[in-house]
Amino acid sequence: MTKDKKSLTNLTITEARDGLAKGDYSSVDLTEAHIKAIESGRDLNAFITETPELALERAKASDERRASGEAASGMDGIPIAVKDLFCTEDVQTTAGSHILGGFIPPYESTVTQNLRDAGAVMLGKTNMDEFAMGSANITSYHGEVKNPWELDDGKTRVPGGSSGGSAAAVSGHLAIAATGSDTGGSIRQPASFTGIVGMKPTYGRCSRWGMVAFASSLDQAGPMTRSVQDAAIMLQSMVSHDKKDSTSVDQPIPNFEAALTGDIKGLRVGIPAEYRLDGMPGEIETLWSQGIEWLKAAGAEPVEISLPHTKYALPTYYIVAPAEASSNLARYDGVRYGLRVEGDSLDEMYENTRGEGFGPEVRRRIMIGTYVLSAGYYDAYYVKAMKLRTLILQEFQKAFESVDVMLTPTAPSAAFALGEKMDNPVQMYLNDVFTVPASLAGLPAISVPAGLSDDGLPLGLHLITKPFDEETLFRVGGVLEEAADFTAQPSFLGGQS
Amino acid sequence: MSYLIEGETGDWEVVIGLEVHAQITSKAKLFSGAATEFGAEPNSQVSLVDAAMPGMLPVINELCIEQAVRTGLGLNAKINLHSVFERKNYFYPDLPQGYQISQFLEPIVGEGVVTLDMPEGPRDIGVERLHMEQDAGKSLHDQDPKCTYIDLNRSGVALMEIVSKPDLRSPAEAGEYVRKLRAIVRYLGTCDGNMEQGSLRCDANVSVRPVGETELRTRAEIKNINSVRFVMAAIEHEAERQIELYENGGEVVQETRLYDAIKNETRSMRSKEEAHDYRYFPDPDLLPIDLEQSFVDKIKASLPELPDATHQRFVDDLGLANDDAVTLVADKETADFFEAVASASEPKLAANWVLHELFAILNKDGLSIADSPVSSAALGKLVALIADDTISGRIAKDVFEVMVTDGGDPEQIVEDKGLKQITDTGEIEGMIDQLINDNPDQAQQYKDGNTKVAGWFVGQMMKASQGKANPQMVNDLLKKKLG
Repeated sequence: MTKDKKSLTNLTITEARDGLAKGDYSSVDLTEAHIKAIESGRDLNAFITETPELALERAKASDERRASGEAASGMDGIPIAVKDLFCTEDVQTTAGSHILGGFIPPYESTVTQNLRDAGAVMLGKTNMDEFAMGSANITSYHGEVKNPWELDDGKTRVPGGSSGGSAAAVSGHLAIAATGSDTGGSIRQPASFTGIVGMKPTYGRCSRWGMVAFASSLDQAGPMTRSVQDAAIMLQSMVSHDKKDSTSVDQPIPNFEAALTGDIKGLRVGIPAEYRLDGMPGEIETLWSQGIEWLKAAGAEPVEISLPHTKYALPTYYIVAPAEASSNLARYDGVRYGLRVEGDSLDEMYENTRGEGFGPEVRRRIMIGTYVLSAGYYDAYYVKAMKLRTLILQEFQKAFESVDVMLTPTAPSAAFALGEKMDNPVQMYLNDVFTVPASLAGLPAISVPAGLSDDGLPLGLHLITKPFDEETLFRVGGVLEEAADFTAQPSFLGGQS
Repeated sequence: MSYLIEGETGDWEVVIGLEVHAQITSKAKLFSGAATEFGAEPNSQVSLVDAAMPGMLPVINELCIEQAVRTGLGLNAKINLHSVFERKNYFYPDLPQGYQISQFLEPIVGEGVVTLDMPEGPRDIGVERLHMEQDAGKSLHDQDPKCTYIDLNRSGVALMEIVSKPDLRSPAEAGEYVRKLRAIVRYLGTCDGNMEQGSLRCDANVSVRPVGETELRTRAEIKNINSVRFVMAAIEHEAERQIELYENGGEVVQETRLYDAIKNETRSMRSKEEAHDYRYFPDPDLLPIDLEQSFVDKIKASLPELPDATHQRFVDDLGLANDDAVTLVADKETADFFEAVASASEPKLAANWVLHELFAILNKDGLSIADSPVSSAALGKLVALIADDTISGRIAKDVFEVMVTDGGDPEQIVEDKGLKQITDTGEIEGMIDQLINDNPDQAQQYKDGNTKVAGWFVGQMMKASQGKANPQMVNDLLKKKLG
């Protein structure tokens, strides 16, 4: 291993962990390299807040721990980026919104605290769709994020969303890994768009305490990394049973990395027929078939299955999530923190603050959510959606009686160009069509980069397993990753210029 | 004997349902660990959760669940093993989350009953439900001419909302219902019942209808009434207002009204059109509450004796008059005080002393029984001295006065002041003989048939003995000697 700092931004967590252990470089070396990469990659607009001083301070502390033989975990000294949705002590947290401009929490979210305790070094807070509402990272008050992957057509590609800043940072080598949060696909879809691994654990695995809430019954933190093994290592340092979150689960936490045995012989892989959409691009279809072949070649048994309620998942999601959001976002009222725009009366202050503080997409979803919870519409929308959600969950449960894992595409297309799909919200919502069902059912899922589109943009394949069976997810993900041997690089890589 | 209001067009009946908000006795709030002490510095008891900081999550305080179940059992109500917290959404500066976490479709306690001890006999009032919810903070409008200040100390404090059925038919019944409910929660230790501090507040739903009509008419809701007296006054005035409206060809509109205790009137706060659409839905941050029957059974087994049972026991076992028992059990401190006095002496006499002599002193000085200048033990001793004829009731009042002003042990006071009753027949006879000898004229009058003069003799005897002669013995012996 070389000490050339340029290459220090090409490492996976696994490699960096070994290099740190061997003393090839220090955490300060790694951190400095990434700080430089971030500076060189500012054009991506991946970060809302950079925290270089804090990062170096923590890197130094990590090196000191290591020197005294007390490295906290495999994550100790690893420079990571944190989605701006996680409240971070004394570091501005905006969730991509104007309404939280200048908000500096005096507390640390459980997930980022766990990572801190594990020794991870935070480089900064990544850009995101406002309040995690979006699939292209174009709704952020802090501007759109660019996908490091470009074609020679001169157009900028979106990184996906809502964890677009984290995806761009990891893909563009500005950070070794990043935290994301996934409500309907916000980790997995941007991972697919940027050619990285994005993993959403079972609902309840990661505490939501200190995460700015979008839709409480769906929000779940997860790792965004450049390998499946990295995702396993990082998830290990994110999960915990947290008494401060009533929906956090008290389940045994396995060793996720140890699950990557490469052995999937005899595993039954469900291929849900309903995910074969009309008008889906041929390249997606082809990649999916390829994925099936890879798993088959590794000894797994593909099984055609049917999940007939799949077509209701997206409409269900776009009732449940906005309903919860409309209530979760009521606290941003200009009274206690964040933005306040004065008015002549209390109502006017509310209107001014929320009118200026929230962007159009957030306002749209608050309106939708308020509508579906209103007297007279509640039964027709919210109650019906909750019933469908139960049906979708039951359907998954039934299917998992006969299969161990499901394989689907992650997104119905590769990253689209900035400006496309932007005038029609429903077109944009369709990005989540493959990721939303697992979110509604609270199931763990992962997107693994598996190939390139005809144009040369990354495409991911998506795996879903039973609740709390992250081990199978990582095991199959690892096999898929190895078979796909995805080595293509984005056009921009931080620290390489 | 029902309460009817005479109108121009005939007699009207008033129909009342009450929603009582009782603050759950608990050191911590419903969903946060912040303290709940009354009267603390503004915003000194506010956690990140209470202030609804981004990413903060509620975690149920299990003691509050226990208290709600205990209260439900005390109301003879159905305990719902499965209940759900929902969000009630509305904007107000003292509601930091923008929603109140409450229970809506599935409350923790279902139907129950409260029995009122009305002068005309017991009345059963149905309880519709009891649910838990968070209190809001307080808006302070009087601190600054232009700004409203917010105190979040109360934000998130645990409340039980106890909703009655529209079974109440008079202001007096409504007042008695609140008193009875307050007594029950105090016996249970689930709410301190302190209305001045806002631990117990009440909303009244009031409608009127001509006698004989069976349908319920449109109701108005009077919000946030904080004393039993105001509950009764507000209902009385609201009923009269509604009757006047109907009789002048008007209609009552469904609205929220406020009671102004100074002007003694209710006035409109917001109409149905302005009413919020609260958009209730299950709170996704909280799991449903699923209780084990054994949890409920355990609480049931630990319930203290409640006012109705105490009342029954006072009448049946201690032989108290019904009215005396009603008054004594009205609050737990009084009942406990009385029991302590009674156990040291004689129950009926003890009841008399507590209800008359002691209450007179307390009322005069505006004291609660907890601040009584005479302890139950001391009063018990005093009553015991009367019961065993050591002193007369008359002397006891003097001793009691000393106890109130100077304190001290009644036995000691009797001893020191030589107030022991004279019960020696010979001594009393001697005194009577002396008196008859000294007053032959009066003795002759008695013999001549003017038996009224006996009273004069008794008075003289008591004077001569400084009140110490046993009055019964004086009476008996006088009759014998004079006759």
